Amino acid sequence: MKTGNPEPANHPSESPLIVFKGVTKVYGEGQGAVEALRGIDLIINEGEFLAVMGPSGSGKSTFLNILGCLDSPTAGSYRFKGVEVSGLTRNQRALLRRHYQGFVFQGFNLLNRTTALENVELPLVYRGAPTGERRARALQALETVGLGGWETHTPGELSGGQQQRVAIARAIVTGPAMLLADEPTGNLDTARSREIMELLIDLNRRGGITIVMITHERDMAAYARRTVLFMDGLVDSDEHNGRGTR
Amino acid sequence: MIGNTILLAIREIRRNMMRSFLTMLGIVIGVGAVITMVTIGGGATVQITNQIAGLGSNLLMVTPGKRLGPGQASTAPLFKAKDAEAIAAEIRSVAAVAPAASRSVMAVYGNANWTTVVTGTRNEYFQVRNLSLEAGRPFTDSELRAGAAVCILGETVRRRLFGSQDVLGSTIRLEKITCEVIGLLESKGQTSMGTDQDDVVVIPLRTFQRRIAGNQDIGLIMVSARENASTERVRQEIERLMRERRHVSPSEDDNFNVMDMKEIAKTLTGTTRVLTALLGSVAAVSLLVGGIGIMNIMLVSVTERTREIGIRLAIGALEREVLLQFLVEAVVLSSLGGLAGMALALGSSVWLAGVLRVPFVFNAGIVAVAFFFSAAIGVIFGYFPALKAARLDPIEALRHE
Repeated sequence: MKTGNPEPANHPSESPLIVFKGVTKVYGEGQGAVEALRGIDLIINEGEFLAVMGPSGSGKSTFLNILGCLDSPTAGSYRFKGVEVSGLTRNQRALLRRHYQGFVFQGFNLLNRTTALENVELPLVYRGAPTGERRARALQALETVGLGGWETHTPGELSGGQQQRVAIARAIVTGPAMLLADEPTGNLDTARSREIMELLIDLNRRGGITIVMITHERDMAAYARRTVLFMDGLVDSDEHNGRGTR
Repeated sequence: MIGNTILLAIREIRRNMMRSFLTMLGIVIGVGAVITMVTIGGGATVQITNQIAGLGSNLLMVTPGKRLGPGQASTAPLFKAKDAEAIAAEIRSVAAVAPAASRSVMAVYGNANWTTVVTGTRNEYFQVRNLSLEAGRPFTDSELRAGAAVCILGETVRRRLFGSQDVLGSTIRLEKITCEVIGLLESKGQTSMGTDQDDVVVIPLRTFQRRIAGNQDIGLIMVSARENASTERVRQEIERLMRERRHVSPSEDDNFNVMDMKEIAKTLTGTTRVLTALLGSVAAVSLLVGGIGIMNIMLVSVTERTREIGIRLAIGALEREVLLQFLVEAVVLSSLGGLAGMALALGSSVWLAGVLRVPFVFNAGIVAVAFFFSAAIGVIFGYFPALKAARLDPIEALRHE
């Protein structure tokens, strides 16, 4: 089922944070061209917790890259906070990421040989925050993800779950409007995955951060309030599930 | 931000200590070689200038014989004392003229003997050669006229014959003559060619001609031009006068030679400068090679840290911030190399100056230029790898294993 205009119910806020209209993405040219997205229409409101599912090659990663301003759509319109992103330059998109978005990856993507604190401080360095403020906010973010006292440890000295917490702390330290998570539990065991999901739910509920998460595990998607299923570059279904509010 | 970037760069450099050190080595050697070469070359130039000035300012040396190639003997007649007198009388802007005849002679005092060069000349000799007496007195007119058995010793001869004993008033034997020591020359040390300028005995010209040489010949006329006078003009006038006196027909070449020490100084320092420039440029090539080494390592570093660059870009780093990070890293690397090169150059030039017996002349200019160049090489050779890093696609970079 292709959903043109989803009706978000029981959301804390009704203002749309993200509006996709007929977004397509084509890689390559001519004969070898691959259509990764074939016309996506989607609205995500502020404060939503959205899970994106779909088989490999369904276009969900491309969708997340465009959502995270790492990539531009080939055609169509993507508005973030009312701003048209499609026409922005690379640097303008970088500034958008810097100020409004946080990323969490499957592979954690922390800087090795660099302490948890310094990893979390990194986005603030690019924001030009003074050292003292940087330190305080990074410690605060580590506290929020339950890693108070671990700030001097490097990624190599932390477990997978802890590393993902550091990555989440890094993503939220700037107080972003949206958190993008690409299979955040993909490398974790079930117990650790649950903990991470509880943390994300907490951030969504109490912090009011909009979360868009890619996953291929139904269990994890069930934590979200809304699940969008991608299939062959199109939105196949868009469901609001009650379980997300458990 | 820039302070942070520099700290970050230093941390990155320390992380790969061995590699950073080897990369820097190229710059260290390049900067070190450039500074050392130019410093030593500068010292050699200063030494030559000093020595020729010490030989006597505005000095011209007139020698008999043609300009011949090496090994060819000259058959031209020698000068007579009259030639020197003619120069003094007929050429204006001449301050002093000293005729001289020399021969290697064994000097004996008690049990000590020493083979040295005995020069017969007049008191003008001291003036044109810029020599002064450490002790004693010059020759008197009557001694010069009568050809008295008196002599003035150089420092080396004094040391060899007398050791620590008093010299003035003693008598030494020079071949068949016994002469009284009346004076002592101030020490002038060695020339750049290693000739000992203190290994001399000076006696009156007439004494030399009558009692040592047995003829009236003069091997060398030294002329000093007046201050502010053109040595070139004096040279031409001497040439004209000598051609006339020696009956050289217009179709023949000169059968004597007038050397202008100022000209020789200019030629020699010019040669040294060219040599210095040549050595400096060879050294500069090694600096360039060092720069290529930096580029190489920075490219490797960018490839190795692709994922890190991806993370930074995803977090919101701008292209120019990533560019700056890698550029600063290259510049810090090359500048540290430059600093180490400066230290190395200081040590090696002081040492080399000692070995080559050249004065150590610190050249702040070349040190500044070499350091500036080492930093500039960081910018030039670091730019391409840094640009490569900044232009990475964050999505691709994050996928990089």
